[in-house]
Amino acid sequence: MEHLQVAHPYFGAFAMMVFTLVAFFVTITLARYVSLKLAARNTEKLKLSIYECGPEVTKQPNKISAQFYLFGLLFILFDVEIIFMFPWAIDFKLLGWFGFAEMLLFILLLAIGFIYAWKKGALEWHSIK
Amino acid sequence: MDAIIIETLIKIVVVVLIFSALGGFGTYFERKILAFLQRRWGPNIVGPFGLLQIIADGIKLFTKEDIIPINAERGIFIFSTLIIAVAAFTAFVAIPIYPQFTVFGYTVRPIVIDVNVGLLFVMGVMAVGMYSPLLAGMSSGNKWSLLGAARAVVALLSFEVITGLSILAPLMLVGSLSLIDINAYQMGGIDNWMVWQQPIAFVLFLIAGFAETNRKPFDLSEQDAEIIGGYHTEYSGMKYGLMMIGEYANMFVVAFLVSIIFLGGYGEAGSIVNGEAVGAWGGIWLILKVAFFFILFVWVRAAWPHIRPDQLMWLAWKVLMPLAVVNIVITGIVMMA
Amino acid sequence: MAEALLLHAHKIDHTTRATFAPQHLIEVLTYLKKTLHFDQLLDVTAIDEKPMKMVYILRSHDFIDSYILTTSLDETHTIDSATSLFESAHWLERETYDQYGVHFVGHPNLTRILNHEGFVGHPLRKDYPIAQGQMCHETLDLLPQLQARLESKGILTRQSDGTYSSGSRDIMYLNLGPSHPASHGTIRTFVALEGETIVGAVNEIGYLHRGFEKSCENHTYNQIIPYTDRLNYCSSLANNVAFAKTIEEMLGVTLPDRGIFIRVMLIELSRIIDHLVCLGANLVDLGALTNYWYLFNPRETAYDFLTKLTGARLTNSYMRVGGMAHDLFVGWEEEMKRVLADVEQGMGDTLKLIEHNRIFHDRTQNVGILTPQRVRDFAISGPNARASGVPYDMRKTAPYYYYESFDFDTVLGSVGDVYDRMMVRFEEIRQSIRIIRQIMARIPSGAVSIDDHRIVLPPKPSVYDSIEGTINHFKLIIDGVRVSAQSHYSAIEAVNGELGFFVVSNGSGTPAKVKVKAPSFTAMSAYASMIEGGQIADAIATLGSINIIAGEMDR
Repeated sequence: MEHLQVAHPYFGAFAMMVFTLVAFFVTITLARYVSLKLAARNTEKLKLSIYECGPEVTKQPNKISAQFYLFGLLFILFDVEIIFMFPWAIDFKLLGWFGFAEMLLFILLLAIGFIYAWKKGALEWHSIK
Repeated sequence: MDAIIIETLIKIVVVVLIFSALGGFGTYFERKILAFLQRRWGPNIVGPFGLLQIIADGIKLFTKEDIIPINAERGIFIFSTLIIAVAAFTAFVAIPIYPQFTVFGYTVRPIVIDVNVGLLFVMGVMAVGMYSPLLAGMSSGNKWSLLGAARAVVALLSFEVITGLSILAPLMLVGSLSLIDINAYQMGGIDNWMVWQQPIAFVLFLIAGFAETNRKPFDLSEQDAEIIGGYHTEYSGMKYGLMMIGEYANMFVVAFLVSIIFLGGYGEAGSIVNGEAVGAWGGIWLILKVAFFFILFVWVRAAWPHIRPDQLMWLAWKVLMPLAVVNIVITGIVMMA
Repeated sequence: MAEALLLHAHKIDHTTRATFAPQHLIEVLTYLKKTLHFDQLLDVTAIDEKPMKMVYILRSHDFIDSYILTTSLDETHTIDSATSLFESAHWLERETYDQYGVHFVGHPNLTRILNHEGFVGHPLRKDYPIAQGQMCHETLDLLPQLQARLESKGILTRQSDGTYSSGSRDIMYLNLGPSHPASHGTIRTFVALEGETIVGAVNEIGYLHRGFEKSCENHTYNQIIPYTDRLNYCSSLANNVAFAKTIEEMLGVTLPDRGIFIRVMLIELSRIIDHLVCLGANLVDLGALTNYWYLFNPRETAYDFLTKLTGARLTNSYMRVGGMAHDLFVGWEEEMKRVLADVEQGMGDTLKLIEHNRIFHDRTQNVGILTPQRVRDFAISGPNARASGVPYDMRKTAPYYYYESFDFDTVLGSVGDVYDRMMVRFEEIRQSIRIIRQIMARIPSGAVSIDDHRIVLPPKPSVYDSIEGTINHFKLIIDGVRVSAQSHYSAIEAVNGELGFFVVSNGSGTPAKVKVKAPSFTAMSAYASMIEGGQIADAIATLGSINIIAGEMDR
């Protein structure tokens, strides 16, 4: 397949997004409407309350451990670095030894941070100290 | 209107129709293959070979009572189901789903947008789908959903890094992010397939693919024996159905990516050598490769237990990520030498 | 000195019975535990007579000897708690308090366990009418209990205003069950989570409590047999045998050899079926779905065999006091061979899938560990005990029904984790197949039931043709088997462990009291401490591996 040069290459992506968004939203709305008409409805409070295996739920704000956010930060750090490596990889042949050495240095710095995170236990499932 | 715009719109509708339908058939084939592996029948009551089961399921999902729990954030609760499906279908636009072919003298290029960062676009858009479990879990107001969302996000984030790193080494060889160029790089028979040059990257990418599509053994976020339904505990009817369609579409995206990047894609099909069209069977081969990976997804689901969140983290960060980095460095050294 | 507190001690076979004055409970139990090495408290119960009696059943360190202690309480129904000596006393005393209203001084949490918190009265007292139902539908608030547990672990601190503070730690309270895919719909575990790690857990059981023991007091001995089916419903024939054997021992009768061989064969077949269910369900909980069908298909073949034999699939009710309903059907050997072949095939396929699977190993090894000491503290028996390396197998330690003459091995684990418990069950299936093959080779011909028409129904022709037969039939149906007044404890190695019946008879056709020593009950009491420190996924794997059957746990 040959490449085709067009004026607005991303038009298709935008159109796809709008199209699927509208199509799926209409589907859901239609389904909601249909089910309102057809399905048996039960508006009892106990039924509409959240499901927690049957017993009444302990009143408590839903908490998620703060460690998840730390993990999120860690991810952003590494993923941004990987994004940075993409253009380097594409032009790898062009950049030659100099580019390769620079990237090795970059990976080394990344590895130091990685080892620090590892030692800190940030890569464990909730045991960040 | 410009011809190219009309063509694009037609392609979009076709892609959405094909892969929505495949989502339905996907559930049927998954259940049938799974049943075969598990020594049972699978759907066999509704219609011939149970084929109409898809329609029955659709009707069921469509007419099911629409429940939104009282504690839920209604707007986000509904909107979050759209994200995964929209993201998965939008990811398709940069994938050549079939080689170029000619019909009635008109040359059809079965790729919606031909951009030079195709692969990056696909991966980026797929990653947006992650908001779906996150928002669904947080807006449900349910503790199980919250746990499921946390699991899903941590799994997806971890393997997002692996996907990115594993794909770098092949990209260094190809020098382009366009999937068409990656396909072109492997033309000329099985020997030229990327998988022989980059076996480690292939395995890493495939493992990450399982995690990104929430499939066993990484299906942490919806492991019903542990956290009920995970992030979609409170979802029912078509809202649940949309999430499933999104997940199936994601499966196909990953299957296409693996087939095109590592297994030669559609080969030479669609290109003209000495005035003759070559590789006539390329498109069929691509479909067979995708089907193989679909079956592989189901096969693994039937064969293995699933792992625990901490084991997933261990695998992603302490095994696969260092391996991917080493693979990049080795590739670099070999290429420079 | 403490020895002198034990009155009327007399030993028959391996069982010693003695009485003591209630104020000496702790001294007596300490003496038995420390000096005589009776280190497992199997059961605690009461007998509602005038005066109220307490019964303690203990088992020796080598599992051979039993000690049955009885004492009479005064009008206040108060006795010291044995919780300082035996972990298993926690739940057993709660049950006795719940059912009989006996107060245990010093019990840390003397609340109801099988009945609902709002229940009024004590159902197993003779003055509680059997037909009096009560509607209880409020959710039991387990939060105070859990917070107290967390406080004792130093996770929560009590504020001056009575509320609790977790400091900087995020604690999320979560109900794991009863309506949870892995909790059988009958077990509620209320957990405190930090992230996904369980830092504290308490259990609520009793969702399947249906008053088995109260019902027994209103039925003849043979009418109770269908009720025993519903104890461990995955292996109902083993319960049938355990109950019938207890009553036969009280009557002083022994079955003909063929009857015994059939019973042993059916117990071992039940063991196979139950282990298949446990393993299949446990693997599903781990996410290995395919094994479910690999293990359940042979179970269906086995159920076909039982259906042909007994007419029922799950709740067979095949045993009778003094024998069984009828002999085996013609051609049973062929069908049994097919059952065993199917089981071996399914088990082999499953093992191929998981035996060398790294994910399976990672999920199960060193998860939910039960140390040998805790096995004894909680009086856990059966495969769960053997997986921890505790050689507690009544078929070897106190053989009955010719078990000493069969060639089979006691399967032991080494660590006591989920992996060991599963693998012990796999291997026990193999051993049961061995036993059944030996029985098929050795089974003698002859009668299956005893020939005493005060106990066993006469054959139908004799009922129709002779006065004597008619009267025998009539008396047995209306009055039931008469058992002279006594109390007796007897147990067999059922599938989940020691299944014992403590029966008190009064000379009539109905028992005055039946108490089930259910293996799942004690195993469940250890569950909360097993899952603390693990993750949700580990808790699910652990629950599957200890094979809780709510039918016998809640009774």
